[in-house]
Amino acid sequence: MSETPMPIWEVFVRARAGLAHRHAGSVHAADAEMALQAARDTYTRRGEGLSLWVVPSAAITASDPADRDSLFEPTADKIYRHPTFYEVPDDVGHM
Amino acid sequence: MTTIAVASTPLVEALLARADDALVHAHRLSEWCGHAPMLEEDLALANVALDLLGQARSLYQYAAEVEGAGHSEDDLAYRRDAPQFRNALIFELPRGDFAETIARLFLASAAMLPWWQAAMESPDARIAAISAKAEKEVTYHLRHAGEWMIRLGDGTEESHARVAAAVAKYWPYTGELFEAEHPAVAALLPDPAPLRAAFDATVARVFAEAGLDRPRDGWMQKGGRRGVHTEHLGHMLAVMQHLQRAYPGAVW
Repeated sequence: MSETPMPIWEVFVRARAGLAHRHAGSVHAADAEMALQAARDTYTRRGEGLSLWVVPSAAITASDPADRDSLFEPTADKIYRHPTFYEVPDDVGHM
Repeated sequence: MTTIAVASTPLVEALLARADDALVHAHRLSEWCGHAPMLEEDLALANVALDLLGQARSLYQYAAEVEGAGHSEDDLAYRRDAPQFRNALIFELPRGDFAETIARLFLASAAMLPWWQAAMESPDARIAAISAKAEKEVTYHLRHAGEWMIRLGDGTEESHARVAAAVAKYWPYTGELFEAEHPAVAALLPDPAPLRAAFDATVARVFAEAGLDRPRDGWMQKGGRRGVHTEHLGHMLAVMQHLQRAYPGAVW
């Protein structure tokens, strides 16, 4: 098509009640209703979901890959943030 | 492979009519597979085609049981010739452009949704069960086609012109969707008269939003229910039935 390309929408599918919506992929659609239908037809053909979200891709603010080191590297040496330093008393059973 | 002779009764004929509607429409929609204007719509039209194919299968299976001549659903789909098909003419017309495909899907779904809803109340438990499944599917077909009608009608000058032409082309074929059933089976199947009011209401609602004018009800095309078809059905069946005709009994 030579006209303006259709906007892209990110698709989130919730597999069943109680779970979070998970990112499934993206679709092209002119508006929200058509995006919802395209998401249904593209990502729920095999019983994958019970609920759909579509979000304009343009509405997502993403982190800059160039900032990766400054954003994420500093956590590498803070292993004490992982909950692996506690001794769980036997009486507690499953946590 | 030889053509079968169907042991016809009013109920077999009525079931074949709706099964043939679904099969022929499914085949026309499947012709878009790999050719739709965008990937998402390619999948959407194939999904609708598969829904219709499923409806056709359920109806053929029941028709074969009612007929009781040992025929299978495949026999009914692949071993009847054009004059034995009972589909309404609207479904056999060539797929046309995207606007024509959407206009046909919209008009057919607007007519079929109230039909399936009424058929859910049939005293025939089998018809009621098939209808309960089909009603959900056709609800979505109508939503999908209806939203496209609005966007094509209220879109660009070209999309409006194309969808308006498609509506004008198919309108004379809508009357056949409301023909009365044979008196012997009228109690088992929906009375078409009240269905027309539901159809008219759907058309009025969507056309108002789409900026489309409803064509005047003039002379209506018919004949499909009696096996009098356009020249297009034979060509379509030649493609659709070729494999079973060339390799009788072929299976996956």
